[in-house]
Amino acid sequence: MRFLLLFSRQGKLRLQKWFTSMSDREKKKIIRDMTTMVLARQARSCNFLQWKDLKIIYKRYASLYFCLAVESQENELLALEIIHRYVELLDKYFGNVCELDIIFNFEKAYFILDEFLMGGEIQETSKQIVNRSIEASDIPRYLKLAFTINNC
Amino acid sequence: MPAPIRLRELIRTIRTARTQAEEREMIQKECAAIRSSFREEDNTYRCRNVAKLLYMHMLGYPAHFGQLECLKLIASQKFTDKRIGYLGAMLLLDERQDVHLLMTNCIKNDLNHSTQYVQGLALCTLGCMGSSEMCRDLAGEVEKLLKTSNSYLRKKAALCAVHVIRKVPELMEMFLPATKNLLSEKNHGVLHTSVVLLTEMCERSPDMLAHFRKLVPQLVRILKNLIMSGYSPEHDVSGISDPFLQVRILRLLRILGKGDDDSSEAMNDILAQVATNTETSKNVGNAILYETVLTIMDIKSESGLRVLAINILGRFLLNNDKNIRYVALTSLLKTVQTDHNAVQRHRSTIVDCLKDLDVSIKRRAMELSFALVNGNNIRGMMKELLYFLDSCDPEFKADCASGVFLAAEKYAPSKRWHIDTIMRVLTTAGSYVRDDSVPNLIQLITNSVEMHAYTVQRLYKALLDDISQQPLVQVASWCIGEYGDLLVSGQCEEEEPIQVTEDEVLDVLEGLLVSNLSTPVTRGYALTAIMKLSTRFTSVNRIKKVVSIYGSSIDVELQQRAVEYNALFKKYDHMRPALLERMPIMEKTASNGPTEIVQTNGETEPSVVEAKHPPPVTQPTNQANDLLDLLGGNDVVPVIQNTVSTKPASAGGELLDLLGDLSLSGGTSPAPAPSVPTSQPSFFLDGLTSQPLFNDIAAAGIPPMTAYNKNGLKIDFTFERANPNPNIAVITIHASNSTEADMTDFVFQAAVPKTFQLQLLSPSSNVVPALNQGTVTQVIRVLNPQKQQLRMRIKLTYTHKGSAVQDLAEVNNFPPQSWQ
Repeated sequence: MRFLLLFSRQGKLRLQKWFTSMSDREKKKIIRDMTTMVLARQARSCNFLQWKDLKIIYKRYASLYFCLAVESQENELLALEIIHRYVELLDKYFGNVCELDIIFNFEKAYFILDEFLMGGEIQETSKQIVNRSIEASDIPRYLKLAFTINNC
Repeated sequence: MPAPIRLRELIRTIRTARTQAEEREMIQKECAAIRSSFREEDNTYRCRNVAKLLYMHMLGYPAHFGQLECLKLIASQKFTDKRIGYLGAMLLLDERQDVHLLMTNCIKNDLNHSTQYVQGLALCTLGCMGSSEMCRDLAGEVEKLLKTSNSYLRKKAALCAVHVIRKVPELMEMFLPATKNLLSEKNHGVLHTSVVLLTEMCERSPDMLAHFRKLVPQLVRILKNLIMSGYSPEHDVSGISDPFLQVRILRLLRILGKGDDDSSEAMNDILAQVATNTETSKNVGNAILYETVLTIMDIKSESGLRVLAINILGRFLLNNDKNIRYVALTSLLKTVQTDHNAVQRHRSTIVDCLKDLDVSIKRRAMELSFALVNGNNIRGMMKELLYFLDSCDPEFKADCASGVFLAAEKYAPSKRWHIDTIMRVLTTAGSYVRDDSVPNLIQLITNSVEMHAYTVQRLYKALLDDISQQPLVQVASWCIGEYGDLLVSGQCEEEEPIQVTEDEVLDVLEGLLVSNLSTPVTRGYALTAIMKLSTRFTSVNRIKKVVSIYGSSIDVELQQRAVEYNALFKKYDHMRPALLERMPIMEKTASNGPTEIVQTNGETEPSVVEAKHPPPVTQPTNQANDLLDLLGGNDVVPVIQNTVSTKPASAGGELLDLLGDLSLSGGTSPAPAPSVPTSQPSFFLDGLTSQPLFNDIAAAGIPPMTAYNKNGLKIDFTFERANPNPNIAVITIHASNSTEADMTDFVFQAAVPKTFQLQLLSPSSNVVPALNQGTVTQVIRVLNPQKQQLRMRIKLTYTHKGSAVQDLAEVNNFPPQSWQ
């Protein structure tokens, strides 16, 4: 995977995850290109696009577009599943997740993403394990305990 | 200083901004506050400030002044600080900034932290944006963690190792020992990341690939367990157990089985099992099937399995889900080369996809359709494709038109069908065809001699309907210029001839000249066509009038042409018939795609012919006779065709210069240097009309001579004079071999003094057969404007009885008639 973008129907960026190193200018250009291309798509089109040498898989969930770019040898249908899994994880954590949740808690969205994907690959295929890790790292009590034990 | 506002507070405030300017103001204010807070080295609120900065960064505002603060956060002892610090590092820093190296030490410490979540953060950051230097420094730590029993850390370490290998491939060896028991893990997360790591290693190194082939049985077993095992709530997705892992294993199997018989055999069963047992009602199942098909096609699978795979793709094509149809078309496109027949079976479904509403699907279906066209299905396919061309979006028309032309060229069942197809494309998608299709079409039409009348009639009718599509108009006006006489005389065998008068034709052409829809290029075509009709029609006065009017046209190109044509009427009327004759059949160069031919009738810029094979020098005499017949029909002095190779009517190209100085067009013949026997493009027509024509017309009487006779190789020169230019001598060399062995790789080269110009056409062959069984002939044209004594130095190279022979000789015994 090369990058994952979340943006609203008006083209406002809500999350950006880059799996390769790129300059700021390149990133801005890609964001512009993606939002233009995806927002221009008609309602009942298929979810795949070709852009330069990458395959773009996008899916709309309520008011948010999830846009994933993968290399040519990757499986597009599975990419749709990856997007869906991420949405499920967000949903479990926030409880009926909506765009506002992601706007106001963007750092949490990143944390969840970082427990699910790393370096462009899936790191955990079990929903429960990802959720448990996030919840555990949220609880300050546990962490404080962990710290104090170690510092003794 | 009051406490900096909370992150959520800031977000709420910024969202109330009604204009971009208002938002910018708020952001600037907050940035200033954050900057002063940073300056105060405030530990308590640093985390909050950086978080706010990250939000503003996402909105598109600069946030680089927070980079160092991220580093400070990473170094903090608080987990919440570290978390935001690492996130900031991943968003704001990358390997381009030198600052990022300062992270290395922090990450190293955190990799050894006692809390797994901190270790996890460090691994994640390293695995996402670690630069090569960082990776080199920390690879050892990652390797250590790869061997831990903590599955949470192990899976992250595996992906981090993948990143390290991507950045620093030389470090791959280091991770080899740790991979030993990766696959015996029960934890799916570790299993998945291990498979990713193994895949990465196998893709990068053939040695690793060979080493890991032994894992195939184990992978097959894991996959089997996944399929056969019952419901597992932890990994279930719509009834399928851990599809992500299944797909990843299939991909690794693909890499391991490629090109290897044993591995491929070991996985045959499991692939068949997956292919037949997977639930296809949801996207998940289809994702697995898709990956299975890709694997089957790539490895050395048995034919039954391959047929199964293509049938799965065929079923995909009928699926309601657009995504699945798209994926099927893409995969079929990949396999059409190797399994052509199997894909052909699904041709009708593919052709139906042309009518799909989805743009991506239409495009794939179009590409695949063109790949499936062959001699058997050309008529049916072309019908569908032309229908598609009619109704498709403009973005497809150019590609579709080119595809149709290519397919028609390769598989046309008859000339008439070919021309009809082209007409159809021109009339429906005429404005979208590529620029090079006009010359290609013109060449095609010229070469279909028996169809001239039919073609010009159809083109004329098309012009009457619509003059807006420039390529159509250009081809049509060219044809009318060439074959206008056939049009007016009403001799058409293929269809009902139409009654057209000369005036009507001229009306149409003049209409093109004045129309606003015509581009300058089209106007050029029209004017030249009108001019050509002056030798084919009787109403010459009208043509003279038109030509003289355009002598004062604003368009420089048009003006120049008109002036030259005018001159043709006035001073050079005796040459006019010769110049405006019918075009001969044009030689077609090897086409792997668009061919390029020389525009020898003054239209547009001449494209240089890339002679991939030199055009044959000797044309059969009967063809020369055909040409003569045409000449005879036009009541014209049999003049060498090559005088018609008019220079492009471009700036500086004086039409009249040509007759005086044939050899200088394009300056392609390197004069004194020996020319290699691949012919120069500008004398394109000469290649066709060399010997036989000269033989018929030649001013005979120059005796032949022997130029060289040594070691059994004899080279005779015979002469013709190129009429009407007395300055050009045409010499044909005849090389014969009286020894018992053939002379192969025979190359004849010649050089002349500076005042001469030389052109060598291609030889008839480069093997001089033994015992005088045949000769190699080659034509040399020498231009001798100063009528000096002809001298030549020749160089011969050939292979004789296994050894290479080379010889130089002077030829001084030219008969005086050859150069006087």
